[in-house]
Amino acid sequence: MCPCLATSFVPLAIQLLLFTAACFLAFFLFLCCLCVLVVFFEGGGVWLLWLGVMAGGKEEKDARIEAIASSIRVVPNFPKPGIMFQDITTLLLNPKAFRNVVELFVNRYIDKGITVVAGVEARGFIFAAPIALAIGAKFIPLRKPRKLPGEVISEKYDLEYGTDCLEMHVGAVQPEDRALVVDDLIATGGTLCAAMNLLERAGAEVVECACVIELPELKGRERLNGKPLHILVESR
Amino acid sequence: MCPCLATSFVPLAIQLLLFTAACFLAFFLFLCCLCVLVVFFEGGGVWLLWLGVMAGGKEEKDARIEAIASSIRVVPNFPKPGIMFQDITTLLLNPKAFRNVVELFVNRYIDKGITVVAGVEARGFIFAAPIALAIGAKFIPLRKPRKLPGEVISEKYDLEYGTDCLEMHVGAVQPEDRALVVDDLIATGGTLCAAMNLLERAGAEVVECACVIELPELKWSPVDSDQQAMMDYL
Repeated sequence: MCPCLATSFVPLAIQLLLFTAACFLAFFLFLCCLCVLVVFFEGGGVWLLWLGVMAGGKEEKDARIEAIASSIRVVPNFPKPGIMFQDITTLLLNPKAFRNVVELFVNRYIDKGITVVAGVEARGFIFAAPIALAIGAKFIPLRKPRKLPGEVISEKYDLEYGTDCLEMHVGAVQPEDRALVVDDLIATGGTLCAAMNLLERAGAEVVECACVIELPELKGRERLNGKPLHILVESR
Repeated sequence: MCPCLATSFVPLAIQLLLFTAACFLAFFLFLCCLCVLVVFFEGGGVWLLWLGVMAGGKEEKDARIEAIASSIRVVPNFPKPGIMFQDITTLLLNPKAFRNVVELFVNRYIDKGITVVAGVEARGFIFAAPIALAIGAKFIPLRKPRKLPGEVISEKYDLEYGTDCLEMHVGAVQPEDRALVVDDLIATGGTLCAAMNLLERAGAEVVECACVIELPELKWSPVDSDQQAMMDYL
């Protein structure tokens, strides 16, 4: 008698196939468990990160940035003659472009240990709040005078004519906080500089400043005391 | 000779096990494909919806709302004596509470066909922008005078002393748009009313107004029964 499996109904080829299938199953189960674990611990950020990863490489990113740039409208002579105003409201009317802006920032900061995202009133709020939510950081509004109800610290900065002032709540940041400053645009850098000063006076470390648009001819970058600035598009 | 698989090295039990494993594999592959498809077509909203679904039922929701309410700070005598100011900045310092606010709103609106989310400057921006992103709607900032650079329409509204004005860009909404108005708080309702008027003058349909906080003693009146503030907890 040969040592056979008389009741075996599955030919050898099928057995090998099933064995391979079992290996793939184990791999997929592992991936699913990993996703579930990461999801529960990282929250929304993982989702956006995953989208970023799936979105592909540099070409994909360049295409997204080009789409973002073309969705920004330039309004001449606003708020005064000679100024070409970079209007982001048209970007905000384009859900895909708006989402790409947030994703590009979130992908950059998700693993930088940012604990605080400070948004500069008011257009900075529009970008800073979704970024803070996605990376699980505290959101801090930096506001014009007399808007914040509690005790504040103030930082003056120069305008072309005169000065303005930015305020932050006392106690909003702790000395161990790592902060990101977000605004829609950097021009002379005065506002961002004031924002950074507020955070540093409260003891936080400003990791980077992030803006959608830079007006490079105004050399705002140089006012940031060497702090890195990350932008998506330069003004056209 | 018995018709045997002499070279077979896999006993029957293992074969059955492998067959079952193959069935499970097919099922998981199907789930993965489903997720990928839904992800690409629905975007971020599905993720947040999924979170909302996983977050559970009414008890879970009540607990989240209680946590949100307790994260709001009351600042007396601001901006003037006698006013108890509802400060949402402390909520924003609590990532979990902030996220729950946005999720609760997104869960409510994700399948209402909202095409536009209008945020009232400036605290309204903080909640409206994430909601717009999550449900894939256009975001429209409604601003104080002379802030918006393009051509605008304006709507005046009464303050306790004097009047103020809200503006919206011409062309921001189309007549077929379904709009949601978002602000952090409703007091007298003057600002929200102006916001609704701007959207309706441009031809949009205002589906609902949404606020984190209501001050019920100030007795705002909705223009019609469809427009009501939600989430009134203090």
